[in-house]
Amino acid sequence: MADINYTAKDFKSENEVRWCPGCGDYAIMNAVQRTMAEMNIPHEKFAVISGIGCSSRFPYYMSTFGFHTVHGRATAIASGVKTANPDLNVWVITGDGDAMAIGGNHFIHLVRRNIDVNLVLFNNKIYGLTKGQYSPTSDRGVVTKTSPFGTVEDPFVPGQLVVGASGNFFARAVDSNVKHTQHVLMQAAQHSGTSVVEVLQNCVIFNDGIHEEIADPKFRNERQLFLEHDQPMVFGNENEKGLVFDKGKLKVVTIGQDGYTLDDILVHDAKTADPTLHLALINMCLPEFPVAMGVIRSVEAPIYDQEVTKQIKTVQASRKITNVDELLRSGNTWEVNEESSSDPVPFFLKKCLLKQM
Amino acid sequence: MKDAKVIELEEVAIRFSGDSGDGMQLTGTLFSDASALFGNDISTFPDYPSEIRAPQGTVGGVSGFQVQFGGKQISTPGDYAHVLVAMNPAAVKANSKFMNPGGTIIYDVDSFTQKNLDKANFKTDDPFAECDLIDYTKVPVPITSLTRESLKDYGMDNKSILRSKNMFALGLVCWMFGRPLDYIEGYLKRKFAKKPLVVETNLKVLHDGFNYGMNMQHMTPQYIVHPAAIERGIYRNINGNNATAWGLLAAAEKAGLELFLGSYPITPATDVLTALAARKDLGVKTFQAEDEIAGICTAIGAAFAGDLAVTSTSGPGFALKSEALGLSVMAELPLVVVNVQRGGPSTGLPTKTEQSDLMQTIYGRNGESPIVVLAASTPSDCFYYAFLSAKIALERMVPVVLLTDGFLGNGSEPWRVPAMSELPSITPRIAKDKDSFQPYKRDEKTYAREWAIPGMEGFQHRVGGLEKSITGSVSHDPENHEKNTEYRAEKVERVVEMLPELEVCGGEEGDLLVVSWGGTYGHTLSAVREMRKEGKNVCLAHFNFIKPLPKNTKEVFSKFKKIVVCELNMGQFAGYLRDKVPGYTYHQVNKMKGLPFTVAELTQNFNQLLED
Repeated sequence: MADINYTAKDFKSENEVRWCPGCGDYAIMNAVQRTMAEMNIPHEKFAVISGIGCSSRFPYYMSTFGFHTVHGRATAIASGVKTANPDLNVWVITGDGDAMAIGGNHFIHLVRRNIDVNLVLFNNKIYGLTKGQYSPTSDRGVVTKTSPFGTVEDPFVPGQLVVGASGNFFARAVDSNVKHTQHVLMQAAQHSGTSVVEVLQNCVIFNDGIHEEIADPKFRNERQLFLEHDQPMVFGNENEKGLVFDKGKLKVVTIGQDGYTLDDILVHDAKTADPTLHLALINMCLPEFPVAMGVIRSVEAPIYDQEVTKQIKTVQASRKITNVDELLRSGNTWEVNEESSSDPVPFFLKKCLLKQM
Repeated sequence: MKDAKVIELEEVAIRFSGDSGDGMQLTGTLFSDASALFGNDISTFPDYPSEIRAPQGTVGGVSGFQVQFGGKQISTPGDYAHVLVAMNPAAVKANSKFMNPGGTIIYDVDSFTQKNLDKANFKTDDPFAECDLIDYTKVPVPITSLTRESLKDYGMDNKSILRSKNMFALGLVCWMFGRPLDYIEGYLKRKFAKKPLVVETNLKVLHDGFNYGMNMQHMTPQYIVHPAAIERGIYRNINGNNATAWGLLAAAEKAGLELFLGSYPITPATDVLTALAARKDLGVKTFQAEDEIAGICTAIGAAFAGDLAVTSTSGPGFALKSEALGLSVMAELPLVVVNVQRGGPSTGLPTKTEQSDLMQTIYGRNGESPIVVLAASTPSDCFYYAFLSAKIALERMVPVVLLTDGFLGNGSEPWRVPAMSELPSITPRIAKDKDSFQPYKRDEKTYAREWAIPGMEGFQHRVGGLEKSITGSVSHDPENHEKNTEYRAEKVERVVEMLPELEVCGGEEGDLLVVSWGGTYGHTLSAVREMRKEGKNVCLAHFNFIKPLPKNTKEVFSKFKKIVVCELNMGQFAGYLRDKVPGYTYHQVNKMKGLPFTVAELTQNFNQLLED
């Protein structure tokens, strides 16, 4: 393929972007557009599919082929797009309400089938478009318009759902950290199979600061663990802290203390099929642990859309029926050719038999 | 030995009936196929319980298969059976209402034990008297013990032996009707090619059944039904669901597109999915989705991506698809939805037929959400209406719903297979000029927009569920919404130009016009034919096009003194006609029993109307 020199600008549409000023969506869109520009894929091969919610307006702001669908179904529609044409580069833009509530079923089945689409999950733990109701990722006890006395239910952790649905790629990023988000999105784009990138997104109007404790750049190194495959799991301003596996659990240690050296620190293996450690990383939360960022799991596995194509090719290699005429005449047929037989009349020209009576 | 009683008939209906585990569907199918190969025209109707294995021996667990065959054109599986094959007392009870007066009942006398009589809730030890079947020819055959005897040297366990009982019955019936066994033999050999013992034992029992009939001529009447004279050509047996699947394949080939089916298994529509899943050789992509919603959504995605996209379902599944169907109205993508109707509401009568999804199909969505609605009328013409549904969807960029029903989907008939060259062309509206392309720009005549498919350079655009301007941008402009609402409605109305006019069977004018639609055709046609034979001026107008209605509908209606609308619901089409073609009195014949009409009940109603 010839080199294509796109910039992020080539992926912006003429439509005016109408998210609230200060919305985290702007930064995520920037990161997506930059990622696409660097992918060296012809512009017309991109299809961006979304559901319903603030983030789902995304396709209108992209200059690619786009489909703004109905609530919760972007994953199912994207499954159809990619299965019909595996040559396309398909992105699903969705939010915590769209993917985890009304579209939860399609989400887990997309992940289970491992269809090669890139899913970006904007998680702001709130329903923004309907103006501030709790979502399935809202923390227990949160007070919103529909939970004036606090919720009495536990949230989904998106990464757990991905692992639980036998998913093969899960990554996490923070909206305001565009460079890192872009780095993660590129790895997601390069992964073959369903990739889920959870972006912690800030809803400036209805849930402002919900991820601030994690996202605050001042404490970024202390509170976020940036994972890279084959690299030790270290964090802290001086990379002085790290994770070890102790008595079946993750534990934060300081290198140089209690006899721990860098050699004791776990080395991240995103590519192992065993999800045990990936799940433990997904579950880490403040204050005991830093929050895991970057590509947590990236495993090679059979890809649905490619398997469908492959199966058709295999069957066709030894097929006996090559077109519909042959199909219609296959199996148990018999010929009628009596003297009393009449000439056949094409169906759409047939007249009612009672005419003659 | 006394010669067998030979009965010569124009047409015969025979019903196989037993426990749902007795293999009655297979027995009926094999017999039907053998009859069709013999040259008879046939029509079949499986009638089975929604439980795969309801309690053995109970009336609820009875599974039946009726086939009518004859020397003239057969339009229905027959109102009443001439011959009933009953594998147990429950089968007698379940079918007593469906017998022709003076018919023949062949029954497995071994199974008429006290225990089985109790299970079927018989109060006395004479089940036939209890069911008012005194004057029928009853042929007790010890099917179970003869099957056991037939297989005694094979060292099989009792359960396996009893599984072959149906072959004994089949062999016997084949003798009665003079069917050669070669087709059935060939089928068994192919089907169980890897299990030679199964082939051998089944063939043995089949032949023993056949020979039993021959040897016991004194007690078994023999029927002769002459072959039918029909159009020359290659024939096959086909059921409605297979015909639907193959019609879609034909459309994809004509249009030069790949076929995609997104679907979720549901009775009685599953066989459409099954039939297409088998056709990897023709490149079909079938996507067994996680639910009905994903079934249609994957199809909409495939339509967006440039495939001939289809979703298949039945009533409850159609309800779940309604929001997404609205999306395809708004996005103006080509989509075919097949609804194989069943008894409703809710889970209703999953295995029984009904026409009660008409209103749901025409109106069951939020907003002004017009779609094209077609209905097939026989098992084999499902092929043509599926083809036409796809042609309309692709050429007019509009969702099309094809209504069939459980009766058509599972019923079968012989079909002269067409050549692909007999079918009209299909030209999808794929966009050609990227400079003038706009997503919602419409053809002046048809109001159809163009189809620009991801991957086409220079045609990048956005569609979606929000109201759009011509450029594909979101628009809340009141004028624009009103205009687009009208365009979408008018686009559907203009499909009428693609459709043939409504035909009247019988004559241009008369005393009574029988109006029917969809799967009731065979029965209304037979009823009208019977009445015309009696010299009554009754005609039939059968609708395959529901929305839009054929152009000449009003003109047809205006020529008749009375109009009666017959349908398997409480009058949904009649209500629709009152709205769309006002000014006439629409009498109604309705039935909500989960069963097809009988010709007898139709003629009785028509005669009443003629007298009033």
